[in-house]
Amino acid sequence: MMQAANTNKPETDAGATNDFVTVFVGETMFGLAIDRVHDVFIPAGVTPVPLAPPEIVGLLNLRGRVVTALCLRRRLGLPARVGDGKQMAIGLEQGGETFALVVDGVGEVLKLGASTHEPVPINLDARWRDLALGVHRLDGRLLVILDVDSLLAFGAPRHVAGAA
Amino acid sequence: MDDLLREFLTESAEHLDTVDTELVRFEQDPNNKTILSNIFRLVHTIKGTCGFLGLPRLEALAHAAETLMGQFRDGMPVTGAAVSLILVTLDRLKSILGDLEKTGSEPTGSDDDLIGALEQMASGPIGQAAAAAPPAAEYVLPPPVQRELKPGEVTLEDLERAFLEAEGPEDMAMAPAAADEPAPEPEPAPVAVMPAPAPKAEAPASGGDGEGGVSKVQTIRVNVDTLEHLMTMVSELVLTRNQLLEIARRHDDSTYKVPLQRLSHVTAELQEGVMKTRMQPIGNAWQKLPRVVRDLSSELGKQIELVMNGAETELDRQVLEVIKDPLTHMVRNSADHGIESAADRKASGKPLKGTIRLSAYHEGGTITIEIADDGKGLDLAAIRKKAVERNVASQAEIDRMTDAQVAKFIFHPGFSTAKAVTSVSGRGVGMDVVKTNIDVIGGVIDINTQLGRGTTFTIKIPLTLAIIAALIVKAGEQRFAVPQVAVLELVRVDKATAQTVERINGSPVLRLRERLLPIVTLTGVLGQEQPTDTIDSGFVVVAQVGRQRFGILVDEVFHTEEIVVKPMSSKLRHLPLFAGNTILGDGAVVLIVDPNGIAQQVSQGSQSGGVPMEAEVEEVVATDPKATLLVFRGGAGSFKAVPLSLVTRLEEIEASKIEWVGGRPLIQYRGRLMPLVPADASIEIRSEGSQALVVFSDGERAMGLVVDEIVDIVEERLDVEISAERSDLIGSAVLRGRATEIINIAHFLPLAYDDWTRGAGKVQKPTSTLLLVDDSAFFRDMLSPVLKAAGYIVLTAGSAEEALTMMITNSRIDLVVSDLEMPGRSGFDLVAAMRKAEGRVAALPVVGLTGTIGPEAIERARGLGIADLVAKFDRSGLIQALSEIEAAPLANAA
Repeated sequence: MMQAANTNKPETDAGATNDFVTVFVGETMFGLAIDRVHDVFIPAGVTPVPLAPPEIVGLLNLRGRVVTALCLRRRLGLPARVGDGKQMAIGLEQGGETFALVVDGVGEVLKLGASTHEPVPINLDARWRDLALGVHRLDGRLLVILDVDSLLAFGAPRHVAGAA
Repeated sequence: MDDLLREFLTESAEHLDTVDTELVRFEQDPNNKTILSNIFRLVHTIKGTCGFLGLPRLEALAHAAETLMGQFRDGMPVTGAAVSLILVTLDRLKSILGDLEKTGSEPTGSDDDLIGALEQMASGPIGQAAAAAPPAAEYVLPPPVQRELKPGEVTLEDLERAFLEAEGPEDMAMAPAAADEPAPEPEPAPVAVMPAPAPKAEAPASGGDGEGGVSKVQTIRVNVDTLEHLMTMVSELVLTRNQLLEIARRHDDSTYKVPLQRLSHVTAELQEGVMKTRMQPIGNAWQKLPRVVRDLSSELGKQIELVMNGAETELDRQVLEVIKDPLTHMVRNSADHGIESAADRKASGKPLKGTIRLSAYHEGGTITIEIADDGKGLDLAAIRKKAVERNVASQAEIDRMTDAQVAKFIFHPGFSTAKAVTSVSGRGVGMDVVKTNIDVIGGVIDINTQLGRGTTFTIKIPLTLAIIAALIVKAGEQRFAVPQVAVLELVRVDKATAQTVERINGSPVLRLRERLLPIVTLTGVLGQEQPTDTIDSGFVVVAQVGRQRFGILVDEVFHTEEIVVKPMSSKLRHLPLFAGNTILGDGAVVLIVDPNGIAQQVSQGSQSGGVPMEAEVEEVVATDPKATLLVFRGGAGSFKAVPLSLVTRLEEIEASKIEWVGGRPLIQYRGRLMPLVPADASIEIRSEGSQALVVFSDGERAMGLVVDEIVDIVEERLDVEISAERSDLIGSAVLRGRATEIINIAHFLPLAYDDWTRGAGKVQKPTSTLLLVDDSAFFRDMLSPVLKAAGYIVLTAGSAEEALTMMITNSRIDLVVSDLEMPGRSGFDLVAAMRKAEGRVAALPVVGLTGTIGPEAIERARGLGIADLVAKFDRSGLIQALSEIEAAPLANAA
């Protein structure tokens, strides 16, 4: 499984394919490079962290590890979900820390080649543009590939100035 | 080979550190053979291993140093210069070792300079002292220092091993024998003393390397990462056990209980055992200090002794790493700033040698480290001044601060009061880093300083950072863990019980044993909304951080639990309120509240006028206006009181000395006649026995107030509750639970001297109108009769606003006497406002009354054109000041 040595950079090589875990937020389908995904689980017992950046939902216990859960909706600047369907979480790792990306749902793993890949449309919301690596044209719908490192690059300590 | 080299590097570094320390000890105690042989052995081991590993440069150096030390052992006097030389050699060894570690091979270069010096030192004095030099040079290791050493080396190794394996007791007997005869048979000497220190701690380690003494090995080197991993695993095990226990609590299946209990037990022991492997004696962090102090004392030309107690006290190596540098820095600081030069010490009558005392001991779950010097102490006045200059705090804030608070300014970044920057310290970096490092590990630091007597720093740090006891509380919908170390007690508050939360301007406070404790709600500091009515019930966790004490109001308190502290995610680390997080027995993640962070919030609140911070007791007292009153019994057993500050003396006179002239009682008092006035009409002046008097004086005049009995002097808040209609009383107040009449001294003065009202022999002036401004009705009542007696028409105002209005509306006011320390708008503000006003009001002369006349107050008063400052109770001073003002315009007119 770890053979997929590709990074999450879009592959321009015609023959090569990349595997993506698809997730849903609302009606939009997103793809995450499979080598960055460690887990898929149902988030439970989330402890909210007061004063935390808005993207952070809280902390949760994933098999004895404390994991920081962040909400993809909030990260993308989308409104909170209406109704309470079961949420899912994707376990991501960065710099030795584990994060849980909370999404509305998780789909299948897709193997996609460069033939369907398109660059990020320039008219996209700036926030999305920063997070997206590209778009894949699929049958009847589009798949936005998200950059995991960009996703986790947030929460500049805004409170620090106030606390000093 | 690589492994061997690494092993050698680690070990040599340790040995060199030990030698450093031991050498300094040896210099102070040159007759101690044990220390010397210990040093000798260590240097020898290094040399031997170098030879074995083919490191000629190190070997040659070590050999030269060893030779010189051999001379010491053979009776050469130990001089500071010789020790310094050896220390320099050790430094060179260390730097070569450092290069070796980096590059894997010995750096090129020559040590001929040092070797030459060492050899010269070794051969020089001994030639004069005794004819021992030639045999000394014929050690097993011959003097051709360079590469031919190896054969000799092996021999000594062999000998040493032989001796190590031989029985001990004789060796001890041989050591003095060798000392008795300085040189004739040098060969047995080195070996004879060497085994002596073998039982010491280092022995097993050195025995372990290449000497074949496998059976003696009692310690092994374990990679730190291995230990860390083990620790993490044990932490996880503890968590799992906690979860199991939680499950077992809910089920009644007793078959689980017994094995579970065993598991619990074993886990606890395992945890303890693993914790122990992480423990190291604090002495490891101190090892370099004797050398540091020695170097400093020669560099600074001071005599300093370093005394270390409790070096065996153990603490977590993680903690040890963090405090190592701060400790070194603080000791350097004490040596540089604390201890005075020998000349200064002599001048102030102290022993020439300064002492820095370093001690460590366990106290509950914390370890306390003290660094005390008997130097000059912190110059608090300079610190106060500097704090204002640097804009760290305002003058008013500084004035209110206690010494302990002021001392803490030295932890402010860029705060150094050293007059000259030395190479050692005084650059204003360091103490803030010390504080930061100690804060990071949840430690606290306190300063106790006495000018001229020395300074003591007390550092309290947790034993370990990995597992702490925490109180699990609930606030709002969430549970939090509060580290037990910070918790002093728990108080249940409820509207129905005696303990209730009160408010001052919306800020909650709690009365706790006669003290007011500022309260914050946990949900409040965490920025969560809460219904205001819930604030009145729950539990107050009384916490202390440094000297700040405050209460954290929570909804519920569950239990104490040993928790494994997990660091906050990098995304959340900027939140000062959390120290980390943990997983509880039931699997839930809870946040660990950082009491330091809350303390910051609390004091920030107080700056913005929110929560009153109970930082120091003295402060609370200082802001409370109290009056010292003399209580006496006068007339029909009633209690009367008069402000003590008005009283000149208390006297007990013989009643027979009272004379009556023209129907008035008088006594001869200090060469003058003093009229006596009864404090109450019902008091009868005694004719026999003794008579108590309260003497008041004004300039040359004195009056004796006749009282029945002097009862007490009390210091209390004075609330004149009932104002009396009698002119001899100001009113009544409750003092020490007794209703007491406060007498109006102005009533009695004219009774003693008819002309008192007119001032001492002065011509009656045209009456001026004077406005007396004071927030305290008591002082207004006290002073106005005096001023009236001095011939003024007196108007009074209770506040700056009232005073201003009166000045504008009443054009007859010629003079203003104002208290400068009033709540709200102070007297200074009032005068500033007057000076800005138009025409007459702006030019009115002002006399300021103040409790304390400090240089700043004088400065400020001068800036505002205040004519004079008078201490609050200095009546004659006030009258004097007023008459001078009166005189001034006349002089100008003339």
